Amino acid sequence: MPVPILKQGDFLIATIQGALTDADLIELRDVLAHRIGQLRTRGVLIDVSALDVMDSFATRTLRNIAYSAKLRGAETMLVGIQPDVAFTMVQLGLTLEGIDTALDFEEGLAALSQKITRERARGR
Amino acid sequence: MAGEVRVPINTDIDIVAARQQGRDLAARIGFAGSDLTVIATAISEVSRNIVSYATRGELLFHAVEEPTRRGIVVIARDDGPGIGNVDDALRDGFSTGNSLGLGLPGARRLMDDFEVVSTVGKGTTITMKKWIR
Repeated sequence: MPVPILKQGDFLIATIQGALTDADLIELRDVLAHRIGQLRTRGVLIDVSALDVMDSFATRTLRNIAYSAKLRGAETMLVGIQPDVAFTMVQLGLTLEGIDTALDFEEGLAALSQKITRERARGR
Repeated sequence: MAGEVRVPINTDIDIVAARQQGRDLAARIGFAGSDLTVIATAISEVSRNIVSYATRGELLFHAVEEPTRRGIVVIARDDGPGIGNVDDALRDGFSTGNSLGLGLPGARRLMDDFEVVSTVGKGTTITMKKWIR
């Protein structure tokens, strides 16, 4: 199931709709990397609230998306990690070092806007 | 009580099928809440191990009942190249592939019982169990 990606202002919004195969995740990574350059995106918001499992592969791919977006000048915000998923990730030993997260879409969007405004003020 | 479920594992799509069917069986056995996510995630890790290293195999799930406890058994079986050093494969951060090396040690932490039997050139069988608390 491919992940729909919408442009909203300066941001790209990727909303995961359900269980993803490894190929879906890799496609999300590649499409986002391409669109960031094409649309000169400053922020990427990925909504993972529909994911009932985040295993080591999904975590690694989402981390790679955030790190490579950063290298292309865009900030990534991951929103909606479910409580059971968060608990399981901790037990599994998975971390999202250096990646911004927020409880839900609204909070994530607000935090991402603030972060980008701050960085623009700093002259980035 | 729920019977045995078998899911052949050949591609990454089968990983999704395995964890969904494993979660369904776990729910029928009586697991709830975060245990369902924990079991589905452990299934995902051992299934991916098959796709990454053995290319094909199968997952088997069934209920287990003892006088004082009830749970689920998950068996991941492949006839791939086998694991040369099982202790290494169960160590955090060890990977011969392109991964975080958290799959098998992570699955072991998620489940209550975890056993790996592997013969180089013959294949690998991972048997893991989770008990209802």
